[in-house]
Amino acid sequence: MTKGITPFLWFLFGAGGMISALLFPVHILLIGLAFPLGWLDAPDYESLRSLVIHPITRLYLFVFIFFPLFHWAHRFRYTIYDLFQVKHGAQQPIALLCYGAALLGTIIAAYTLLTIG
Amino acid sequence: MAETIKLTVSRYRPEEESEPTFQTYDVPYNKEWVILDALNYVKDQLDGTLTFRWSCRMGVCGSCGMMVNGTPTLTCAVPLSDYVSSEPIRIEPLQFFPIIRDLVVDMNSFLGKLSSVKPWIIRDDEKPPVEGEYRQTPAELDVYKQFSMCINCMLCYSACPVVGLEPEFTGPAAIALAQRYNLDSRDQGAAERMAVLNEHEGMWGCTFVGECTNVCPKNVDPAGAIQLYKMASATDWFKSVLLPWGSKK
Repeated sequence: MTKGITPFLWFLFGAGGMISALLFPVHILLIGLAFPLGWLDAPDYESLRSLVIHPITRLYLFVFIFFPLFHWAHRFRYTIYDLFQVKHGAQQPIALLCYGAALLGTIIAAYTLLTIG
Repeated sequence: MAETIKLTVSRYRPEEESEPTFQTYDVPYNKEWVILDALNYVKDQLDGTLTFRWSCRMGVCGSCGMMVNGTPTLTCAVPLSDYVSSEPIRIEPLQFFPIIRDLVVDMNSFLGKLSSVKPWIIRDDEKPPVEGEYRQTPAELDVYKQFSMCINCMLCYSACPVVGLEPEFTGPAAIALAQRYNLDSRDQGAAERMAVLNEHEGMWGCTFVGECTNVCPKNVDPAGAIQLYKMASATDWFKSVLLPWGSKK
């Protein structure tokens, strides 16, 4: 009754969009603006490091990276299709490239988060 | 009524010309008129050969949709005064549809898509009339009412870039109509409709541009209906993977 893994890829896209919209602004505000501009006292290296190596933080960062990467892959794939009027025959390599890049990023993120600390 | 306003109207007379051309008309500026009134003035007073569809002139029949200054618009629902500053007003047939004549487009592909989603109440077994009607509470009505307000004006098809790129795409109004029946407490046909719409040409053609919802004169929100559909399909997918023995009916 379902068409391949399209619904699953769309679910990753939807979840990634929500996570990006909810969490990215917080991180950009804190790390991109508040700390460098001195609005808030920046945490020192050791306290940030101990935060990052906590298992819940690692899991959080994985979710924070994994879903938005697949959100990007899906959006970028359809942007390429529409921008360059890609016909059905040539669509599959582009899809593989997009989701492959997201998968690679996910693997690198997972490896980094597992081995950090 | 001393002032006039210019309408630049797309003309296409297949027996005379191979491509649409533009013709400009001066019509009196009446601030109580809508765009359709101005077109009817042209038809009645200036040029009886101008061809366009209209019927109810009150936003119910959905016949008078056209491109006004490049935007899909229900011409009976927008006042002429909104366009005074952007004169001449450019009026063209709805884009992405074949033109039959002047402002009249061929709706056949749209009608085929509408019927493809089985927009009627489907029951596994009909109970005999003596057992009475299928009753519904006001709360159950509210669940689908918004999606039942569609008047088939086709503005959403003309606004959707995916419809322009992929003529086979089922499109906003038909998917919203499918959702209207799926959400109806009396209906049992969701699986049949899902089989039609779970194709690339069905709901998955949608890239969530959202213009369909922006142009809808009845606030149906077809883009929302399509997202609901995608969520339902994703739920089905997880069920079929995690509970493979439960979803095979």
